[in-house]
Amino acid sequence: MADFINILGAGVAYGVLLFLMAGGLSVTMGMMGFANLAHGSLSMLGGYIVVMLMNWYGWPFFGALPMAAIGAAVAGVLVERTIFKRFYWGNQLDQVLLTIGIVTMTVAGATFVWGAVPPAVHVPEFLEGRVHAGFFDIGSYRLFLIVFGGALTAAMVLGLEFTSFGAKIRAAVDNRRMTVSCGINIDRLFMLAFAIGSALAGLGGGLAIYLVGLDPSFPVKYLVYLLVVVVVGGMGSIRGTLAASLALGICDVVGKYYIPYLGAFIIYGITVAILMVRPNGLFGRGGH
Amino acid sequence: MVAVPAPGSAAATTQTARALFVRRAAWRWEEIAFWVLAAASYFIFPGHLVLITQAMITGLFVVSLDLMFGYAGIPSFGHAAFFGIGAYTAGILARDWWGDPLVGLVAGALVAGLAGAICSQIVARLHGIAMLMVTLGIGLICYEIANKWNSMTGGDDGLQGMQITPLLGRFTFDIDGKVGFIYSFIVIFILYLAARRLVNSPFGLALKGIRENVRRMPALGIGVRAQLALAFTISAALAGVAGALLAETTQYIALEVLGFDRSISVQIALVMGGMGNLIGGMIGAIAYTVLRDQLSLINPAYWDFWVGLILVVIVMTGTGGITGILRRTVDRVAARIKR
Repeated sequence: MADFINILGAGVAYGVLLFLMAGGLSVTMGMMGFANLAHGSLSMLGGYIVVMLMNWYGWPFFGALPMAAIGAAVAGVLVERTIFKRFYWGNQLDQVLLTIGIVTMTVAGATFVWGAVPPAVHVPEFLEGRVHAGFFDIGSYRLFLIVFGGALTAAMVLGLEFTSFGAKIRAAVDNRRMTVSCGINIDRLFMLAFAIGSALAGLGGGLAIYLVGLDPSFPVKYLVYLLVVVVVGGMGSIRGTLAASLALGICDVVGKYYIPYLGAFIIYGITVAILMVRPNGLFGRGGH
Repeated sequence: MVAVPAPGSAAATTQTARALFVRRAAWRWEEIAFWVLAAASYFIFPGHLVLITQAMITGLFVVSLDLMFGYAGIPSFGHAAFFGIGAYTAGILARDWWGDPLVGLVAGALVAGLAGAICSQIVARLHGIAMLMVTLGIGLICYEIANKWNSMTGGDDGLQGMQITPLLGRFTFDIDGKVGFIYSFIVIFILYLAARRLVNSPFGLALKGIRENVRRMPALGIGVRAQLALAFTISAALAGVAGALLAETTQYIALEVLGFDRSISVQIALVMGGMGNLIGGMIGAIAYTVLRDQLSLINPAYWDFWVGLILVVIVMTGTGGITGILRRTVDRVAARIKR
């Protein structure tokens, strides 16, 4: 039983980690409806920024994290202004192909710049140990993730589901003309939303690498997980993404511990099953 | 003399419709050029037959994706599943029971088609990103099954020990790949003709209609789900044939036939060649194979970068891939000559 609770704790931490990366995608793909498969590339960028600043320039971990968010936001907005902007109202399949091309480019680009060997990742000493409380035993970093993730989730849900900013984005996606005629500058609104999504991706990447490692194939490796949580959670629902992230994280960790031979089957099986019953995801808002 | 029906009558409408279908089904010059060149390559590049055969098999695979993506608008990140199912079916059959290549081909098509029919029942209910997700899941599940089921598939080491008997009991597969080339060429050409027939039929037109406007199709009396499911199934069976062909001509199956990379590269090849006109699939496969070959010679680690860049440029400029560029160039030249 104690074992199970500890594994559950690790699963929750993993779920929060997924949410940290997928939360941004929930904004850009879920709310704005832009199928950005290159989201993981931004997370990878965040990861490499943290590693570079810490290993090369001796920055502290908590100094490097905001830079990861800023760096990813800048890169995201740059690509958004030059390329993605033209595809917002286009066909979703074009968006998919376009961003798959960008994933391919970033994977090769990262190999070129940083090499194929995974870099060493460090965190402050107080996060390296374990925390005990009775039979409860969890890595400090995982506990930190859960707390940090909880705070960030609260901020996101409040900031996107209960503010006029979030409402404006949903309005723009649902009825572009009407929104424009209400005097809302959609262009700037979407740029800002994309910047937020990208910053979250970078931050999530910076936080993830200590647990999951970092190498140039990162965007491809996590592409599947990120898409699964956003789609299964339901497009446009931050809470749905959170629920799906936690469920996926727990299923993955618990499944790998108790029934290792089933490996990846559990996740994909559950994904397919959920989408069969609810094509719009768990918390989806009906057909698009 | 053919009797001319009165304008506006039902007979006239039927005749117009028939003329329209006939015109749409006419052979285009790039199709003829491709197949003539493909046949000629047997004599022009006798030293590269194995590579050309593999590129053509990839071509059939890309054409199968074109049927469901280019025509029906079903995106897939797991089409390699059906390619792999076809390959493993033919491979296991040839290893354990019966090595006749044609039997393996039919078995590959049937098993892949059956798997496709089952999956289509899920996929046809969805749209957009959810389709992508489910096909992705199907692809990854198939990969995991082949990976874990060592005793049957050879797992990570690949499937070895296929005993392919001579084609029609007479032609033994040779090391130069001559028989393999001719065999693959004929099979692929026949299936290409069949696919052509299919997309130029009312069924093909219905698929295009679904792609362009899903909501309006039921108003025309067309059941969207059934048509999509059929397109998916046929596409899966074709992919299965391609997989079986690859297994038979190389007499070895790597686990990679089911890989995510293959599902992605087939998408890229399709976009490079041009979607929704079949021949673009064949041309794209050849172009992709040659390009990958050349780029990885220049730099083995980063060649992906250029492939990604080409994909981005094609999507951004909306050129319609190689066939799109070709057709536009020819049209422009023709217009200038006319003037």
